[in-house]
Amino acid sequence: MKHSSDIRPHAPAPSRLRALMAHRAVWPVLALALILAVDGMISPGFFQIRIVEGRLFGNLVDILYRAAPTALVALGMAVVIGTKGIDLSVGSIVAIVGAVITWRIHAGDPHWLVLVIALGSALLCGLWNGCLVAVLDIQPIIATLILMTSGRGIGLMINLLYGGTNPSFTSPLLQGLSVGHVGLIPTRLVLFVAIFAALWLLVRRTAFGLMLESVGSSPAAANIVGINARLIIYAAYLISAFCSGWAGVVLAADTHTSDPVSIGLNIELDAILAVVIGGGSLAGGRVYLGMTILGALVIQALTTSILTSGLPPEYNLVVKAVVVICVLLLQSANLRRALTHALYHALARTKR
Amino acid sequence: MNEKFLPLLATIAVFVAIFVIGGLLYNNFMSTQVLGDILADNAFIITAAFGTTFVILSGGIDLSIGSMIGFVGVVIANLDLAGWHPLLAAALMLGFGFLFGALQGLIIDICDIQPFIVTLAGLFLLRGACFMINLDSVPIQNGFVGWFSGLGIPLPGGGVLRSSAIVMLLALAGGIVIAHFTRFGANVYAIGGDRTSATLMGVPVRRTTVGIYALGGFYSALGGVIYAFYTSSGYPLAGSGAELTAIASVVLGGTMLTGGVGMVAGTLFGGMILGLIATIIIFNGTLNGAWIMIVSGVLLFVFIVLQRSLVGSLRMRGAA
Repeated sequence: MKHSSDIRPHAPAPSRLRALMAHRAVWPVLALALILAVDGMISPGFFQIRIVEGRLFGNLVDILYRAAPTALVALGMAVVIGTKGIDLSVGSIVAIVGAVITWRIHAGDPHWLVLVIALGSALLCGLWNGCLVAVLDIQPIIATLILMTSGRGIGLMINLLYGGTNPSFTSPLLQGLSVGHVGLIPTRLVLFVAIFAALWLLVRRTAFGLMLESVGSSPAAANIVGINARLIIYAAYLISAFCSGWAGVVLAADTHTSDPVSIGLNIELDAILAVVIGGGSLAGGRVYLGMTILGALVIQALTTSILTSGLPPEYNLVVKAVVVICVLLLQSANLRRALTHALYHALARTKR
Repeated sequence: MNEKFLPLLATIAVFVAIFVIGGLLYNNFMSTQVLGDILADNAFIITAAFGTTFVILSGGIDLSIGSMIGFVGVVIANLDLAGWHPLLAAALMLGFGFLFGALQGLIIDICDIQPFIVTLAGLFLLRGACFMINLDSVPIQNGFVGWFSGLGIPLPGGGVLRSSAIVMLLALAGGIVIAHFTRFGANVYAIGGDRTSATLMGVPVRRTTVGIYALGGFYSALGGVIYAFYTSSGYPLAGSGAELTAIASVVLGGTMLTGGVGMVAGTLFGGMILGLIATIIIFNGTLNGAWIMIVSGVLLFVFIVLQRSLVGSLRMRGAA
C-alpha cells in the first residue's frame, strides 16, 4: 500500500514529528480527542460509564450506539468511493427497507423472513445502482441520484400496500437486533463489529480489496491486467446497499415505524463526510475501513457534545460545517505544506 | 444542423409532449394560465439551476444551492424587520452569494478538495446559519414585496407572466450571454471539456474556477431573493433539497455531468419539465404525492440513458 508521499513537506521538519504529521490517522484522532476533551471540561461526568438494568450506559456508549447506523452506511460508502464512485441513494435504501419491513410484518410473514426480504430489497436497490454504473456506464453521482429522488417515493408507495394508515409495527426479533443487548453490550454494536470484521477480511485479506483499489485508481489499467472492472464495481454497490439495508433495519426497528420521508434523512451526506474525514479521497483508489469508522465517530461525537453542552441544537450544523472545513483544510496537501513551511521558518528564526 | 443542439431539442420535445399529454388528460390544462403558473412557481429553482449549469459545465458540482435559498430568505426577512428596504437587502444578499460562491471556488482550487465536499460544507454552514437566526417563518411586511409579486405581464389566453418568471427569464438571458458570448464562458467549456488541455492552452483555471462558483452562488442567491419575494417570507427550511432538483433540471436540460457539453437554455426546459410533472400529478388530485418523486426519477433515468446513447453515437462517428 502506498503511504501518502504526496503530502511530504518541502521544509525538513524533525523527522519523527514529520512522520507523525504525515500519518493519515493523526488529524481525525486529534479531532476526536479534542471534541471529547472539550466535552470532559464542559460536563464533568461525561466519561462515566454505568451499568443500568444489565447494560452499559453513558455518553461514550451513547456515541457508539448512535454512530452505528451512520458508520454502517459509511463502510459501504467507503467501498464504493474506493472504486471512484459515490452512492447517494443510501438514505432512500434505508427508507425502502423500513417500508418493506412494515409491509411484510403487516402481511403476517415470520419475522426472520421479513429480515431476509428487507435485506433482499436493499440488495435489489444495489443491483439497480450497479447496473446503471457498471453496465450502462452512467456517472455514479447521477446514477444513484435517480434512486435517491425516487426511493422515498417508492417507500411511500410500499406504505400504501397495507393501507398505510398505521405504519408502526412490533417485532421482538428486529427490535432485539436494534435496541436489544447481548450481555452488557448493545446488539447493534455487536452486529456492527461482525459486519466490519467480515468487510475488513474481504477488503484486506482477499484479492477483492486489491482489485477494488486498482479499479478505483485506474479502471483502464485494471482491465488490462485482467480484472473485470464491471464485476468489481457491481460488487461495491451491492456491498453499499447491504450496509445501508442493515442500517435501515436498525433505524426502522429503533423507531418501530415506517416513515419514508424522514428516516435516514441526509445520512448519505454524513456517510460521505465520514469517509472523507477518515482520509478517503473521492478520486478513488483507497479504502480505509477503520478510518471511516473514526470519521463517523467524529461526526457523532460532535452531535452528542453539542447536545450535552447545552448549546441549542440549531448550532449543530454550523459547528459540524466548521469542524469539517478545518479537518479538510488540515488534510489538504497544499495548505499543510505551507503550514509546515511557516512552522519551520518560525523555528529557524527562534534558534537564531 | 449543428449536433450540439440535439440534446436541447430533445428536451424541448419532451416538454411539449408532456404538456400535450397533460392537455389530453385534463381540460383547461393547455393554457397560458397553467404555463404562467409553472414558470412562476419554479422560477426560484430554475434561476438557481442556471448557476448550477455553469458549475456542471465546468465538471464540478454545487450542493450549497438549497441552503443559500433558505439563508437569503431568512436574512432578507430579518433585515425587513430591522427596517431595511427589501431591494437593498436583496442587493446585499446577491453580493453575499457571489462572495460565498467565490470563497468556495477558491477553497476548491487552492486546497484541491473535491467540489462535492466543499459545497457540502457550504450546505451545512448556510442551513445551520438559517437555524441560528430563527426557527420559524418570518413574514416580510414591506409593501414593496407584495406590490412586486403582484406585478405581471398579461399573456394571451388569460395567463400572466408573473414578476418572478420575468426575473428568471432575464437571468436566463444573462446566463446565455455569459456562456456563449464571453471569454469567461469559453473558458468554462474548455475546463469542463478537458482540464489539462485547458491549462496547457493558457486558460486561467484558478480565476475561472473562482468565477464559476461565484456565478453559482450569485444565481442561487437570486433564486433565494425570488423565493423570498414570491412567498413574502423567510423560512429557514426553504429550499431543502433544491440542490438536487437543480441538478436534475440541468441534467434533464441536456447538460452532461462530465462537463463541457450543454446549454443554459436547456436548463429552463429541464426545470419546466419537473414543474410540469408536479402540476399534472396535482391536477389529477387522486394521485399520491409520492408519484412526483417516482416519475421525476424515471424521467431522469430515461434522459440519462438517452444521453449515453447519443454520446455513444457521436463518439463512434468521431472515430470513423
